[in-house]
Amino acid sequence: MQQVIHIFKKEFKDYFISPIAYIVISIFLLVIGGLFFSSFFYNGQASLRGFFIWLPIIMAFFVPAITMRLFSEEINIGSYETLLTLPVTTLDVVLGKFAAASAFAAAMLLPTLSYPICIEMFGDLDWGPVIGGYVGAVLIGATYSAVGLFASAITRNQIIAFIIGMVICFAMGIIDKMLVFFPAVIVTIVEQLTAGFHFQNISKGIIDLRDIVYFLSVIFIALYSSRLTIEEKV
Amino acid sequence: MIHVKNLTKYYNDLCAVDRINLNISKGEILGLLGPNGAGKTTTLRMLTGFYLPTSGEISVKDYSIYDDALEIKKLIGYLPESAPLYHNMLVYDYLNYVADIRGIEQDKKLSRIKEIANLCGLNSIMHKSVSELSKGFKQRVGLAHAMISDPEILVLDEPTSGLDPNQIVEIREIIRKIGKEKTIILSTHILSEAEATCDRIAIINKGKIVADDSTEAIKQSAGKEVFITVSLKNANTETAKSELNSITNVKDVKQLSDSEGALSIRLTCGSSNDLMETIYKKVKQTDWILTEFHKETKSLENIFRELTKEN
Repeated sequence: MQQVIHIFKKEFKDYFISPIAYIVISIFLLVIGGLFFSSFFYNGQASLRGFFIWLPIIMAFFVPAITMRLFSEEINIGSYETLLTLPVTTLDVVLGKFAAASAFAAAMLLPTLSYPICIEMFGDLDWGPVIGGYVGAVLIGATYSAVGLFASAITRNQIIAFIIGMVICFAMGIIDKMLVFFPAVIVTIVEQLTAGFHFQNISKGIIDLRDIVYFLSVIFIALYSSRLTIEEKV
Repeated sequence: MIHVKNLTKYYNDLCAVDRINLNISKGEILGLLGPNGAGKTTTLRMLTGFYLPTSGEISVKDYSIYDDALEIKKLIGYLPESAPLYHNMLVYDYLNYVADIRGIEQDKKLSRIKEIANLCGLNSIMHKSVSELSKGFKQRVGLAHAMISDPEILVLDEPTSGLDPNQIVEIREIIRKIGKEKTIILSTHILSEAEATCDRIAIINKGKIVADDSTEAIKQSAGKEVFITVSLKNANTETAKSELNSITNVKDVKQLSDSEGALSIRLTCGSSNDLMETIYKKVKQTDWILTEFHKETKSLENIFRELTKEN
């Protein structure tokens, strides 16, 4: 456990040493802010609905961008040899890196807390869905981080890691909005498999165990696959 | 201290390491010598727990690599080939991070980092980022990384590769300094380095150990032949050759060069204590001028070439 914390600290600090953190956070805020506020004033409703509808899709682009280097870079420069010959297990490494990426994804959401605070000043905001939405956003950030981490473990090329991660996350985030294209028999199954569907449930303010279980299972599968991939490489 | 038994590693169908046996005792400096691709790095990677062996057994102290890899990793400090480090970190931050992972207590950490920085000569670069460092400094940071927890065993994979002659001497001095109390395994393909730093040499070729003995014994095993080089001025080539050949114990006479009036001859001789004396007396009887006269034993290089040449 101690080792997980050390790796987490190092990886999390790394984001803020390089300009990546600041660039990713500013572009994320620009994009999500622009999309949200462009329709916010037309609706004339004091709610964050528009924000939470966009969130799973926008995060699908940004989270893989912050996870892409986690393993790819280590494999590319060979530093995972120094890392894995220190007294750590592959599980420590995977968990530490995952925790750092999730924490960064959560940190990315922090400045957006100013939206509900502003809206509260304009009108009467229902805080239930807001809290639910942020819980869901943190979960979806962690889920995308786990998927991105897996994408990073399978290749030494960061760009490929980014694209693979983005494609998987984007599919998980958007398919629930395209269910009309699926045959009626499998609609429910497909719906249950998407992160967007479970996220929308939570962001209504109802925290259902089924949705939590969904996110935790995807995280578990992705992290376990990452661990197997890394162990396979050595 | 370290026991390696029938260690084998396959990469798919390629056999990189083939049933290696090694026993390394405490305080020994073992040089793993071999041509490129002989399996040195693979062997070291298995010793350090980075690769799992295909079959065979490695035990360090009483720990087995299969069951207690973590315990073994705690005992070993490892410098991989070409010291891969995180580019974006400062040297100090990096050592701090490694010290944390190695479980060095917080209150001793700073003094330990200072100590290791002194030993490896890192004081001037502690606040530079790794990507700005020259190859030699990177290698030293790698060495500091390996030694920070003061491990009992150090495994160094080609610690001097790619360095300039001054840096090579510096790194060797560090190794010799720490080698007094530690068990060190280092791989190299530079023979003079193995000769200069190691107590014991294991030569490895195509995944097999072809020689494993103390440095002295390996050099002696090459036979008792010695080479004596004589350079003469004012001498007729043919007479000089036949005169020298007539000395007992001289087996072969070979002319090396005949430039600017100086004749250079290489004598292959069986070992004999007063051989130099006899040759000198012979030369003294003539009116030749002796400009060069020295003896060399068969070098490690010859032994290495004999043991590892392609058939």
